[in-house]
Amino acid sequence: MSGIVPAPIARQPWQMLFPLFVLIAFGALVLYSAAAGSWSPYASSHVLRFGIFLVMAFVLARFTRELAMFFAFPIYAALLVMLVGVEAIGFVGGGSQRWLDLGFIQLQPSEMMKPAIVLVLARFYATLPVGMIPTWRSLIPAGGLIMAPVALVLLQPDLGTSLAILFGGAVVMFAAGLPLRWFIGAGLAGAVLAPVAFFFGLQPYQQKRVFTFLDPESDPLGDGYHITQSKIAIGSGGFSGKGFNEGSQSHLHYLPEPHTDFIFATMAEEWGFVGGLVVIGAFAIIFAWGLSVARASNDRFGKLIALGMTATIFFYVAINLMMVMGLAPVVGIPLPFMSHGGSSMLTNMICIGSLMMVDRWNRRAPRSGLMR
Amino acid sequence: MAWRKRARPREIVTQSTLDNAFDRRTFVIGTAMGGVGMLLAARMGYIAIAENEKYELESESNRVNLSLIPPRRGWILDRNGAPLASNRADFRVDIVPERTPDPDATVRTLTNILKLDENQAADIRKRIADGPGYQPVEVASGITYDAFAAVSVRLPDLPGVVPQRGFSRFYPTGPSVGHLIGYVGTANAEEYAEQDRNPLLVTPGYKIGKDGLERQFEQELRGIPGARRVEVTAAGRIVRELETREDTQGDPIQLTIDGPLQDYAARRIGLESGSVVVIDCLTGDILCMASMPSFDPNSFSQGIGRVEYSMLSQDERVPLRNKVLKGLYPPGSTVKPMVAMSFLREGLKPDDAVTCNGGLRVGNRVFHCWQRRGHGRVDMAKGIYQSCDVYFYHFAQQIGMDPIAAMARRVGLGQEFDLPVLSQFYGTVPDPAWKLKKYGREWQAYDTVNATIGQGYMLFNPLQLAVYAARIASGRHLEPKLIKSKTRQRFAPADFSAEHVHLVREAMKDVVNGPGTAGRARLPIDDVLLAGKTGTAQVVGLNLSNGKTGPWKYRDHGLFISFAPYDNPRYACAVVIEHGGGSGSAYPIARDVMTFLFDPAKGMEMLRSFEEQWGGTAQQRLDAKYRAFAAAAGEAVKPVPARDEDIFDQVEAEARLAVRQQESIADKKVDPRLDTAASSGQVSE
Repeated sequence: MSGIVPAPIARQPWQMLFPLFVLIAFGALVLYSAAAGSWSPYASSHVLRFGIFLVMAFVLARFTRELAMFFAFPIYAALLVMLVGVEAIGFVGGGSQRWLDLGFIQLQPSEMMKPAIVLVLARFYATLPVGMIPTWRSLIPAGGLIMAPVALVLLQPDLGTSLAILFGGAVVMFAAGLPLRWFIGAGLAGAVLAPVAFFFGLQPYQQKRVFTFLDPESDPLGDGYHITQSKIAIGSGGFSGKGFNEGSQSHLHYLPEPHTDFIFATMAEEWGFVGGLVVIGAFAIIFAWGLSVARASNDRFGKLIALGMTATIFFYVAINLMMVMGLAPVVGIPLPFMSHGGSSMLTNMICIGSLMMVDRWNRRAPRSGLMR
Repeated sequence: MAWRKRARPREIVTQSTLDNAFDRRTFVIGTAMGGVGMLLAARMGYIAIAENEKYELESESNRVNLSLIPPRRGWILDRNGAPLASNRADFRVDIVPERTPDPDATVRTLTNILKLDENQAADIRKRIADGPGYQPVEVASGITYDAFAAVSVRLPDLPGVVPQRGFSRFYPTGPSVGHLIGYVGTANAEEYAEQDRNPLLVTPGYKIGKDGLERQFEQELRGIPGARRVEVTAAGRIVRELETREDTQGDPIQLTIDGPLQDYAARRIGLESGSVVVIDCLTGDILCMASMPSFDPNSFSQGIGRVEYSMLSQDERVPLRNKVLKGLYPPGSTVKPMVAMSFLREGLKPDDAVTCNGGLRVGNRVFHCWQRRGHGRVDMAKGIYQSCDVYFYHFAQQIGMDPIAAMARRVGLGQEFDLPVLSQFYGTVPDPAWKLKKYGREWQAYDTVNATIGQGYMLFNPLQLAVYAARIASGRHLEPKLIKSKTRQRFAPADFSAEHVHLVREAMKDVVNGPGTAGRARLPIDDVLLAGKTGTAQVVGLNLSNGKTGPWKYRDHGLFISFAPYDNPRYACAVVIEHGGGSGSAYPIARDVMTFLFDPAKGMEMLRSFEEQWGGTAQQRLDAKYRAFAAAAGEAVKPVPARDEDIFDQVEAEARLAVRQQESIADKKVDPRLDTAASSGQVSE
């Protein structure tokens, strides 16, 4: 780095932060348009939240490996207790509930569980003796760690989040080197059990969403409406879009949730295919950086955290984009860094903070060190 | 795969193999992520670029709402250019059932906002249930701005409801022109399919002609719709107008009808059930074609309400039937001038006379004259003005039926006229060949006798009677016209001699102004003399009724044909009053209508005094009757047939049935009824 830039600034992972800022700024522009050309209520709070959570991420990045190892289980346990608490309050209050009001802040424990599951599993495999990896001892406790929150979140019921937790956990297990045949076996079992789960495990409204996804045109004014309108928004944007603040689909309210789940469609209508490439490209750079952090790490804990956090963000992005493009059913998953909403921003910035933390460990103890 | 081989002896797992596995698996994960990224980019490219055109179109069709502006309908004008049917700007509310998830709740809400009564709400619900979902159903029209605004404000909660400013058809004289002009209404499913699913037909507020001239001249009156392109939100709120093309109003139709005269005649019929036709003897223009009682075409355009339908269909005076074209009546003595013309044509001298002793034996039956005391010596003129039956019995037997039938056809009786009307009944001119063909029986002497006094098989409509009057008045082969044309055609002289015409005119003048049967029909105008002929037609057998009293249905029809001025005829008029109890019910109406033609102020004065007794104008009485009926019927009113056509098909079927009933007494003996001047003072109006 050149000498003009002070070292503390030059030290930061700019290859990740720059595309992140691009996404945030782009998101703010789209939110400005989604509010019919106004900074409030979406765009300003979006930027403000990002600022707060970025500070939080920098603080997080300064955590030492020992501290992270130490807190992994307590954090997981606390969140699990909160999930039970949410369930209990929901039971008492009647109806489904996802929030826990702590008085000064509203917490959504299921959201926090996504990075927490990665942390706790990384902690588990980091200390598991290497020889036990191919044995049941590596599978059963980890499986328990995953299934407990997944089951609690499914009870809420929140299929999207439970799938995200499952995905994050599975990726960490996969990277931890568990025998491949287990994954193939689980895949086969899943293929067999999926129809059973579909008909007996899902709520009717969730089943309907899946049917609608398979054939959105069957009911374009009813349940297929979201997907149809989202595709119209993206498709009518064309190569370069209709222009900033010119999106008719979002401005005339044809597109549902233009500022949260369908923000990508809102963006694509006004910025076209070019805008879509910028977003996908920015995410690609962030993920590539995340993976490189994982590979550069010199210990299992760091490796697994970095990979798991990257996978968690990736899951959001992939499912959201597939949903808006009609490749996946409508599940309420926002697009990281662009959608308006504090809860998902918090989760994703925890993931980013954790990645920066691992990156920091890497620079302290370079890969070409003793551990190898 | 390579890794699995090594992993099989699972004990050999070391830190370094795990790190290797991690790197490989991270690479796999990274590749999968990249693959998903590529897939998403490709998918987006496909949607945004390959399918761009399709989605751009869909986005435009979301954003832009094209709505048709129903064209203003062409006016229907009377001969002087005054509107008989015009358009009135108003506020209206329609509902498109297929865009309404819960029609019952929506109708309930609208009922509250617009303060509709239970029957109206039931009508709307039935129309929603019966109609195809795409066809708008009118909830209300002619509502106040406040009601319109109240509906508009609540529009987000009322999907499928269309409040708008538009034009409604307006008939200033209401029931007076109901049968003549018809009415408008929304197109039904068949009409929509017939016209190639023209979107105009399902545009809220658009009406097509349903009956009468409105239907006959649909194409001319329709006009060209305008269009409005607006940008709308998903909730249907209009953001801004993009462009508007104004509608083009339909062409006007100018009739030969004289609007004030039509209204006057209709009102003058009063409480009776009947019709008045007036024809211009010079041009053949039909100046008036009134048939009462009638319906109010203004209230039909919303769809025929159940209370209204119930009231009209239960009325034995059949307000839904156009009696001018679809009422067939035995003409009674009104045929006598025509029969006299046929006698003259066959060479009978005007002063050939017969002695009337009050009856004449024909075969083994005695046929009475209405004047049982007898008329004494009767020549042709007296036969007409005193309406002596024996005179006609006597000479008709000498001359035979065929010349009489030929003359009847010559003067237009039994003729179907070339008029722009949906249908007309044209009755029967009986002759021996006709009877043989229809009934397979020989013509009898008593058939001739019956025919000479306009009974038996003879059945004509009031329009034919008016043309008949106009033809013998003018001596020309006049054809009636309903549409005003600029060119005035001269009609060829009919092939009866001027001398005969003169004789008959004189005799008919004496009916009114001399020692005739209708002295009270004299016009209250000094220099205009009315010529006419009375008629009283029996409708049921003698065993059922004496024709004057008893059930309304059994009373005699009253008829009167006339023209004026008698020496230079300008107007011919026929009045037929169903079950009026005799000609005394008909000729005062003809007198007043003629008076109105020559002196409107004097005519109106007489009408006003009558209407005071009757309880208002025809419109006022219809409205009052409706209110009374609705109040009495309460909510137990039967619904209306789904299609207007069904209603009018039924009316026509009933009209045919009525004609058949008339035919059934044709070969019964007829007893001519009191039809006189001598007693006309006693015949009440």
